[in-house]
Amino acid sequence: MLAAIGARSIKDLFDDVPERVRFPELDLPAALAELDTRWELESLAGSNLTASDCACFLGAGAYNHFVPSVVDAVLNRGEFYTAYTPYQPEISQGTLQAIFEYQTMICDLTGMSVSNASHYDGATATAEAVITAINVHRLKRRKVVVSPFVHPEYRAVVRTYTQGMGLTIVGDENGGSAGLTDLLDEETACLIVQYPDFLGRVEDLSGLAEATHAAGALFVVVTDPIALGMLKPPGEFGADIVVGEGQGLGAGLNFGGPYLGFFASRKKYARKMAGRVVGQTVDAAGERGFVLTLSTREQHIRRERATSNICSNQGLVVLAAAVYMAALGKSGMRQVAELCYHKAHYAQQRIGEINGFSLLDDKPFFKEFVVRCPEPVQRINDYLLDEWDIIGGYDLGLDYAHLQDHMLLCVTEMNSRDEIDVLVEALGEVTS
Amino acid sequence: MTRPLIFEISRPGRCATALPALDVPTADLPSSLLRDDLPLPEVSEIDLVRHYTRLSQLNYGVDTGFYPLGSCTMKYNPKINEQMARLPGFARLHPYQDEETAQGALFLMYHLQEFLAEIGGFAAVSLQPAAGAHGELTGVLMMRAYHLDRGDDQRDVILVPDSAHGTNPATTTMSGLKVIEIPSDARGNVDMVALEAACEEHGDRLVGMMLTNPNTLGLFDEHVEEITALVHEHGGLMYGDGANMNALLGIARPGDLGFDVLHYNLHKTFSTPHGGGGPGSGPVGASERLAEFLPLPIVDVDLQRSDDEELFYTFVDPPKSIGRVKAFYGHFGVLVRAYVYIRMLGADGLRRVAEHAVLNANYLKGRLEGTYPLPYDRTCMHEFVLAGPPDDVQAAGVHTLDVAKRLMDYGFHPPTVYFPLIVHEALMIEPTETESLETLDGFVEALLRIADEARADPDLLHAAPHNAPMRRLDEVHAAKKLTLRWKPE
Repeated sequence: MLAAIGARSIKDLFDDVPERVRFPELDLPAALAELDTRWELESLAGSNLTASDCACFLGAGAYNHFVPSVVDAVLNRGEFYTAYTPYQPEISQGTLQAIFEYQTMICDLTGMSVSNASHYDGATATAEAVITAINVHRLKRRKVVVSPFVHPEYRAVVRTYTQGMGLTIVGDENGGSAGLTDLLDEETACLIVQYPDFLGRVEDLSGLAEATHAAGALFVVVTDPIALGMLKPPGEFGADIVVGEGQGLGAGLNFGGPYLGFFASRKKYARKMAGRVVGQTVDAAGERGFVLTLSTREQHIRRERATSNICSNQGLVVLAAAVYMAALGKSGMRQVAELCYHKAHYAQQRIGEINGFSLLDDKPFFKEFVVRCPEPVQRINDYLLDEWDIIGGYDLGLDYAHLQDHMLLCVTEMNSRDEIDVLVEALGEVTS
Repeated sequence: MTRPLIFEISRPGRCATALPALDVPTADLPSSLLRDDLPLPEVSEIDLVRHYTRLSQLNYGVDTGFYPLGSCTMKYNPKINEQMARLPGFARLHPYQDEETAQGALFLMYHLQEFLAEIGGFAAVSLQPAAGAHGELTGVLMMRAYHLDRGDDQRDVILVPDSAHGTNPATTTMSGLKVIEIPSDARGNVDMVALEAACEEHGDRLVGMMLTNPNTLGLFDEHVEEITALVHEHGGLMYGDGANMNALLGIARPGDLGFDVLHYNLHKTFSTPHGGGGPGSGPVGASERLAEFLPLPIVDVDLQRSDDEELFYTFVDPPKSIGRVKAFYGHFGVLVRAYVYIRMLGADGLRRVAEHAVLNANYLKGRLEGTYPLPYDRTCMHEFVLAGPPDDVQAAGVHTLDVAKRLMDYGFHPPTVYFPLIVHEALMIEPTETESLETLDGFVEALLRIADEARADPDLLHAAPHNAPMRRLDEVHAAKKLTLRWKPE
């Protein structure tokens, strides 16, 4: 090979690299064989305590949902996971058709007309929704109103993403004492709410949608796709953009990622959306096929005038979501949602009866609910884990000053009645 | 025959997944908040599996064959990576669990941070960015924050070479900054005269420069140390686009070359699969002076909770962090795969990766340059760019796209085409280190035969591909007559 190149040694190929820094000695641990590596990784994984070892009542944006075996069976096909972004459609129809089917199912689930091929996660999809809203208003409106009960990390990511854009982001200060609709004005690009909200509550959004539209702003809804198996989709309330975390659709917990940010909107905003989009077309023989489309919005064509710098989607996680939605289908998606709903309500009612624990309010909720605890949440969680092998709920005091000693509990189809009864028994012991 | 969509094989009443019966009393449903209809497909399990298996067979992946897609580093994805990422101790771990119950995951993240810092020559690393472009946004926001923190708030200009990935200028705009494009010189380097002029003109407004090195021509910039020195002299910072790190493993550390911040692409350099478009992972490394601006949180050792036997790992927030760039901590499942890759190669193995990637690229270049025009005649790094088909063939109306489509008939994935923009009819070829000599020779033979075919029968190329799952697709039609979802007839 060197002869074909006309070089004497491989080292000679690196003559352009300044000699001062060439060939550093990297201080890394010695290489391991596959078996050694497996031992090391199994030992690391084994030292974690997970939802496989314990009953898990923790949610707050990452959910312990069932993943049917068919999902991983499809994901493990090398033709899917070792492919690149489908730039060459003639040999990428598998990926492209799966995304087209995903886009269709996301539209149907959310009640919207168009969906893109996804963003990194629910938080970045929310940030991209804000940027879309700013662009729809041609940068003339720079105020964003956000509900305090949008996931705290999503609100943080919106602020990080837009720190160079000169936006004013309001609504979530002081636990949201000001009414959201009072903050809407002719400067407002969008209002963002979460449905079910971060505390698990569900409300009719039509009023908020109307008020937002009256101010000429876009109504952005962050949602949980599992909840949409039974709940009225945000599109029916008048949402302009619907985003959210698609992790529940077959992605597993994975210590926070990779997950899936879905993004759907009204058709009129299709050309303002960021992200990859798959469209239907025909080939030279007239056969139906699929391609990446609307690429004139994107960075590799528009460069500094692109709608975003994004140039990937969540590929394999999108595929997982498509397989998941097809595997559960019309009846299964509703059934999962109803299992979550009824089990969460059973748990909420039982916990509400325990001496010392009380419920935050009586608003409708889906699979998460808030309980006021007689002791700090951290102490209760330590007790649940140490004595009962239970992963307890999320400590809302970390994010909301007025919710010290309040725990956000999550119940899904993965929690059996036995597990819930043991949780109730364990919480009963806290005060006895 | 048109292949059916999942919706077209749907039949009422079928379902691929049986769920457990309800074991608690039912609660009242909030009727005004319920949806009427859920129009999702209804398919049996075997039909579902066959549907997706057939779809997979229409795809081309690294597991199928040679994938010399320039700038994308389509190397082999080791199978052990997949198994390790799916261990229940990782896959079923909730991100908000008590740190005490997640020490295995935190150990892995901490050490991956350390490995990447060592490989790139940086003081600290964040694993949070989800992809290369996401790492770019992170890095540029860090540079901006650094200047603002020093009260240098008039700085708003980023220099970007004309050979750069489109993400570089797009990121700059997203960060609220302005792009000044710097031309390349006749040897494919950054044009130093133009760079000096730009630094003079924008001196005190300079946030910094984004540079890919080796650049998108596959060339190591011969003036890289002068470039970093010049930008630093004017108060600017150097952003490194790490898309081409595969050429530098154990060869040179960007931090040693003067870069202040850089993103790694774990899905390119560190063998994690591309997944048909994602998920990627774009950790960011930072020099001493930028480390405190990294996104939050990063993993550190908690000395107070550690003892002689065992260290305790914990999440900490860098003091002047730009904030969080995504929920939770990054694409953890991808991090596991990259960790496994580095553990199995060690320092010597990583250097061999770069050496063989560069050897393979130069070999292909050497064998093809007599037939296909080579615009920059230099030793390349891990990839190189040809200026399309031979001149006489181009004159006869056969273009890079035709060559690319014809390669599919020979069983190869085409190279990257029409990028970088500064090369007319660009064909950008990156073989990676994991390919054998026989595979490389087979690819060369195909390209040489295609050049002959182009002369003998140009229409054969214009109509290509002939043996792929589909004939050439009409992308203009797709954009004009926008159909982004299926609708029942």
